[in-house]
Amino acid sequence: MIANYGYKDGSGEYYISIDTDKCISCTAGRACLTACPKLMFETITDDYDDEVTWIKKPNCRTLAYDCADCKPSGGYTSLPCMTACTPGAIKHSW
Amino acid sequence: MNAEVKADTLPEKKEFWRWQENVWIDETKDWKTAKIITCGIDVGSVSSQAVLVVDGELYGYNSMRTGNNSPDSATNALQGVMDKCGMKLEDIHFVVGTGYGRVNVPFAHKAITEIACHARGANYMGGNGVRTILDMGGQDCKAIHCDEKGKVTNFLMNDKCAAGTGRGMEVISDLMQIPIAELGPRSFDIDADVDAVSSVCVVFAKSEALGLLKAGYTKNKVIAAYCQAMAERVVSLLERIGVEEGFFITGGIAKNPGVVKRIEKLLGIKAMDTKIDSQIAGALGAALFGYTLQSKKAAA
Repeated sequence: MIANYGYKDGSGEYYISIDTDKCISCTAGRACLTACPKLMFETITDDYDDEVTWIKKPNCRTLAYDCADCKPSGGYTSLPCMTACTPGAIKHSW
Repeated sequence: MNAEVKADTLPEKKEFWRWQENVWIDETKDWKTAKIITCGIDVGSVSSQAVLVVDGELYGYNSMRTGNNSPDSATNALQGVMDKCGMKLEDIHFVVGTGYGRVNVPFAHKAITEIACHARGANYMGGNGVRTILDMGGQDCKAIHCDEKGKVTNFLMNDKCAAGTGRGMEVISDLMQIPIAELGPRSFDIDADVDAVSSVCVVFAKSEALGLLKAGYTKNKVIAAYCQAMAERVVSLLERIGVEEGFFITGGIAKNPGVVKRIEKLLGIKAMDTKIDSQIAGALGAALFGYTLQSKKAAA
């Protein structure tokens, strides 16, 4: 399942997508949980009883601001969450 | 000095936004002969539904407005449908709560997200050909992909603002002083297509609608502009996850042809028809989840 967390508003689309099929059998030891400086990721048991990672509810509405530190306007080459997620389950839309 | 206003001299406030609440029971079925009775309760931000499923089939439901207390809303919704068929809470084997207030359903055995429940409910209502679901709820909008069993494969939700939701339509209904059920049909009663209102925020859209009225737009033209804006907004949401054949719309806005027809036109796909009230999809899915869980429990 591709779970998209975030929102779209007048300024743009801000979604973090998590491929839960890659997430269920995480081979990175849930490194995303600690890699994110804002600690936005959390492990839950989803509706189909699979243990997966999601974005904490309050962060879903403030992603553009929460991720700003990792995305400086001067440019960036990698994001901590995506780098930590070696199975490649995490993607950012912006 | 402030003038004193007596309550009985105030004009009666009409609730144009108020939609039809209803209770329905399938009179052809007898719940007393059923092996498994399950219930799904969807406590949404605007409406609450209680759905009864007997032996895996829809038996009855109650759809009403959510009050200011989620447990009370859940209790009232369930009590309404149980009263209609003479059922008691102890007759129900499994209750699943869903929606915003799912964790506040006092008698629920399990809480499941509305995303999974809408997919399951749409699968029941539209058949196993349903692949893309648009749930236009009271205060959020969800785009969901599911497989032939109604299991979610991709989803996206926007609950940051009320644009593109039922609450936004209620605001326009009140502003235009036209009953909400008439908005859709009236949006087609115009001479030519109109541009969508440009604002993506309901508050600004309301201001823009007032501006259009002052500029000489008829009410119908303003409604059409708002319906078009709502359609464009949810289509942009759908396009993010992609739209496949087997397109199904759930939620209260599915009853508004002014929005549905415009979405269909923008997507180039016709939404699937159903005889079941689109507003109960979440609660129906929850009850069906309950049926599966109870069946497993009984078999163990």
